Amino acid sequence: MQEMSFKILRFDPDRDEAPWYQTYRVMAEPGERILDCLNRIKWEQDGTLSYRMSCGHGVCGSDGMKINGRCALACQKLVGDDTGREVVLEPLPSFRVLKDLIVDLEPFFAKVNKVRPYLVSGQDPPEKERRQAPEQSRKVNEVIRCILCACCTAACPVTAENERYLGPAALVWAFRTIFDSRDEDTLERLKGVDSRDGAWGCVNHFECTRVCPKEIPVTKSINMIKREIEKRLREEE
Amino acid sequence: MKFHHDVVIVGAGLAGLRAAVEAAEHGSVALISKVYPTRSHSGAAQGGIAAALGNEEPDSWEWHMYDTVKGGDFLTDQDAAEVLARDALRAVYELEHMGVPFNRNGEGTIAQRAFGGHASEFGKKPVKRACHAADRTGRVILDTLYGQALSKGIKIYPEFHLLDLITDGNRCAGVSAYELATGDIHLFESKVVLLATGGFGKVFKVSSNCFANTGDGVYLAYQGGIPLEDMEFVQFHPTGIYGLGVLLSEAARGEGGMLRNGRGDPFMERYAPTLKDLAPRDMVSRAIAREIREGRGVGGKDFVHLDLTHLGPERIREKLSDISSFVRIYLGLDTTKDLVPVAPTCHYMMGGIPTDLNGQVLNPESRPFHGLYAAGECACVSVHGANRLGCNSLLDLVVFGRRAGKKILEDLPHLEGSSLQENTLEKSVSKVQAIKSRKKGEKAWAVREKIQELMTEACSVFRSGDGLAEALDAIGELKETYENIAIDNPGLRFNTDLLEALELGSLLHLAEAILVSAKAREESRGAHFREDFPERDDEKWLKHTLVQKTEKGPRLFYKPVRITRFEPKPRVY
Repeated sequence: MQEMSFKILRFDPDRDEAPWYQTYRVMAEPGERILDCLNRIKWEQDGTLSYRMSCGHGVCGSDGMKINGRCALACQKLVGDDTGREVVLEPLPSFRVLKDLIVDLEPFFAKVNKVRPYLVSGQDPPEKERRQAPEQSRKVNEVIRCILCACCTAACPVTAENERYLGPAALVWAFRTIFDSRDEDTLERLKGVDSRDGAWGCVNHFECTRVCPKEIPVTKSINMIKREIEKRLREEE
Repeated sequence: MKFHHDVVIVGAGLAGLRAAVEAAEHGSVALISKVYPTRSHSGAAQGGIAAALGNEEPDSWEWHMYDTVKGGDFLTDQDAAEVLARDALRAVYELEHMGVPFNRNGEGTIAQRAFGGHASEFGKKPVKRACHAADRTGRVILDTLYGQALSKGIKIYPEFHLLDLITDGNRCAGVSAYELATGDIHLFESKVVLLATGGFGKVFKVSSNCFANTGDGVYLAYQGGIPLEDMEFVQFHPTGIYGLGVLLSEAARGEGGMLRNGRGDPFMERYAPTLKDLAPRDMVSRAIAREIREGRGVGGKDFVHLDLTHLGPERIREKLSDISSFVRIYLGLDTTKDLVPVAPTCHYMMGGIPTDLNGQVLNPESRPFHGLYAAGECACVSVHGANRLGCNSLLDLVVFGRRAGKKILEDLPHLEGSSLQENTLEKSVSKVQAIKSRKKGEKAWAVREKIQELMTEACSVFRSGDGLAEALDAIGELKETYENIAIDNPGLRFNTDLLEALELGSLLHLAEAILVSAKAREESRGAHFREDFPERDDEKWLKHTLVQKTEKGPRLFYKPVRITRFEPKPRVY
């Protein structure tokens, strides 16, 4: 058990002119989650503190925030993971702050929706399942780990400068259908991301890959989309 | 504000989404959810969805139905189990057609694996019935159904908390909801309300459930006079990460993993000689608890080991990667080399809002309550009886979610819209105001911790009449305390302090409903094990519990189990 200090960026647009830091002290075990500490602060010290959370083990994607300068899930970082006894918590960058550690995710989900994250198939499906070879289904094995926590998009330097850029998470979702052998709208999907605001917006900063709590090779996936665009939309013409 | 929709669905997990997708064919559907839909707790389901596709070896829906009935210790309504097992094939093919990225076998069909309590030829040997996408099956189905909901233009209201069910005469006419972002209280007027609010595992201290699983829909139905069914049947999953309760899927054992006690012995063969580690969850959890009690926990402590070391790195990477990452992150251990400390964790509620096979909520006379439907974990069809089999819950959600959606479409043309009065929201407004205006009082978290501790102590894997009676007394006192809780946060924006205080009301009353039902049932069946009544007693107790909220306190009554094909017999595995 050690005393930890949590420096948390606070902001209530109804009351504050600008964001400000508040520091809390809590006793914590090295094996505890940052989320456990946040909960104790909120429950025992200050009920006005707001943040999102739900599953507590990195599956729902609610508690993405900046932890010591890096986008991560509060439920997936342990007290012992971070050297030093001061933990700085800030809301995900690139998004509008609604209250304390809570940001406006509507634009984020709108971008995911824009890539039409559902299978498009013109034919009536067969009576049983469609056949898919294991190697075909494996193509999406990594991207389907995405939990839409928005850490990658928040950390992306391009997103920070170009609000029209789809961003890494939406591109990961585009990958999911583009490389699904069952989807029949591949060309339209590729055209949809064939722009500066789409796949070509990515210039390989690799921040998304570094922060992804589900260890998805995000940048690599976006580059595979670019290659597919070249192959299917240019070379075949 | 006042919103109008034909159908209001509360909860955007698998059951709510599946019902919404169905109902959106002809109606205007609103999906209200406390969290963004993709953050619903269905996404935490790991191991698979059961269907007798027979892709790996011979299988039949009759065997699946039998396993479901036997797994439920014969408390399962057999007409419901038949619907579940028969419709499973269509349901899984449908999910595949919608785009769920299932794992595939060499033939290119959906890969299947073994799972607890699922067997061939009426219990002879384990069968590969669990269709899966590695160990994130719930998550990918949730994502797929979310995509379907988007493609159908369903209106989603994310981060809206259900406050009250609105009734007009003797029918449900809408809901009121609290918008977390603004603090506004809204009226949703509708012809139909479907509750799909999930479970309430947060009544226990160690739980695999998310923080949002507080049973709001179940409690509001209970408060509105709907008796709750089989509340004493609470599933403890055998393998939660020790201390944390984070779920490590039964798929770990389906893929060949095994439990070992402190001496290193694989102990399950002593408790279930045929299915061993793949016995149903209630039996495995009890076996673990017994090993611990009899001093065979690891290092004399209150956990045992899950051993995956013999599976090999490739299989673990391909099929069990999520749970391996949980073990690495939270324990610093490597599943390919290390034994993993596990103990039972509260996982699933077999009981809930009673419905018929089409999701219609049943009133105390067992007749449909007009305009009110329920599906998923919040409902009790009862398809899981006294103990649910793994992989049957994802199936339940999509099968009965769809059926409820279909029934709603059928009923819509015959239902009229209401025109609710302006003052309809008064009750909801004063509920919120009462908490916000109180200056001094006990904190919600402190009361919640007390509930969780006493439930864990008295109402876990082993229970006794005395322990349950004591817990009930304590809950009675906490109910009084609840009337005087206070919060720190007077604000409007994302006041999660207020949200937790509201949720506590649900947890408190549901904990009481569980305790009352458990205390009355003087037998042991499925997940309900009474040390003072260790045997199953079909003569007295082959019946469903119903608990109704009255001014004098919870009232118990019972209804018969529907038995169609399989006469109850001793349950051995």
